[in-house]
Amino acid sequence: MSKPLLTIGVTGLNAIDSPGPGVAVIRALREAASFDCRIIGLSYESLEPGIYMHDLVDKTYQIPYPSTGTEVLMSRLEYIHDIEKLDAVIPNFDAELYSFIKLEKKLKSMGIHTFLPTMDQFEERHKVNLNDFGKKYDIHVPRSKAIYNVMEAQALEKEYNWPLVVKGKYYDAVLAYNFDQTKAAFNKISAKWGLPIIIQEFIHGTEYNVTGLGDGNGNTIAAVPMRKQYITDKGKAWGGISIADKQILALTDHFLKSTKWRGGFELELMKNKSGEYFLLEINPRMPAWIYLSVGVGQNIPEALVRMAMGWPTEAYTHYEVGKMFIRYAWDMIVDLSEFEQISTHGEL
Amino acid sequence: MTMKIKNNIAVSDNGFVFNPGSGESFTVNPVGLEMLNQLRKGLSQTEIIAEIQAAYNTEEAIIERDLLDFLDMLRQYRLIQLDDE
Repeated sequence: MSKPLLTIGVTGLNAIDSPGPGVAVIRALREAASFDCRIIGLSYESLEPGIYMHDLVDKTYQIPYPSTGTEVLMSRLEYIHDIEKLDAVIPNFDAELYSFIKLEKKLKSMGIHTFLPTMDQFEERHKVNLNDFGKKYDIHVPRSKAIYNVMEAQALEKEYNWPLVVKGKYYDAVLAYNFDQTKAAFNKISAKWGLPIIIQEFIHGTEYNVTGLGDGNGNTIAAVPMRKQYITDKGKAWGGISIADKQILALTDHFLKSTKWRGGFELELMKNKSGEYFLLEINPRMPAWIYLSVGVGQNIPEALVRMAMGWPTEAYTHYEVGKMFIRYAWDMIVDLSEFEQISTHGEL
Repeated sequence: MTMKIKNNIAVSDNGFVFNPGSGESFTVNPVGLEMLNQLRKGLSQTEIIAEIQAAYNTEEAIIERDLLDFLDMLRQYRLIQLDDE
């Protein structure tokens, strides 16, 4: 029996040193057992490597930055849909999720399926709201406060002790060991990502991550915990290993059950010396290392697409422990004409 | 006293040790591997010292010191089964 063919739009093609998840998601979709796919890349910049990976991406269209608003994005998606007849879209950036969640119903009416967290879930898990989130769902989180003026950090340094973690509202985190460093980090990050800046208590320990998929009714469809083995200077995992940790899996089930999370996610956790886990961050989308999930037997992007399409999807219950991923850099040779095509026409 | 290595710890014939709970891996030398396997079998410290001494013809005091150092390291890396685990 032939498999259904789905046309799927995927963002996050920036497979750079701090990579977007798009290329990993596409690799997983290409290996889906239950459907074949045609991949439409959705890019923001002309140099996103995924645009030029023709064995993975069939065609790419540039889309407008989230800051231009949902209407501009919608009109671009309508144009793309007219040509490509998209069945599903997987947005992979935190910053674009707001627009896609807003457009979810409109997209559905056009036949474009998504499987995203609700707007409430998306807002609630925001770094700025992490303290309230921890209290509401009974999950350990480090103490933190959103500040608009660097002087507010002075009061927190007494309460939290050094070092402090200075975080941007979407991205970037810097460890500061004194007030001068706090000030420098505050200025640098706020210039890039705006205010507020989040000052977080530093938890000493070992970092773990878990990625998974929630069905929106409180059930765990997939969960794969990983320990980073090799970290870049930007804190990104360049190598990692799947682990068996009942506590992390229980915490993930608790997170999904209590929030009724819908869609892919990544939890960033810190285990302190007493063995307690603290939730540092909730990323409302699949991580760049999502292909490890395929390697250990849980094709999370495939399951996410099935959920988006409204197809019955069984929960994964097993995964292989001790499987590693090791990222690598690869130079592609690209004709100038291709770069010209995407730069001038916004399509390749 | 008998120390127990955590049940889920994987030890290869080459002396590669993997803790699936934490994702940490280690390598041990041939004597370390023997000690690990003896601990896994549930041998006491006295029995391990006797077996190593029989195999390597070394002073008991030296073996005891090495074994205690090794156990300390295993404890430090959380490879030893704690009572509440």
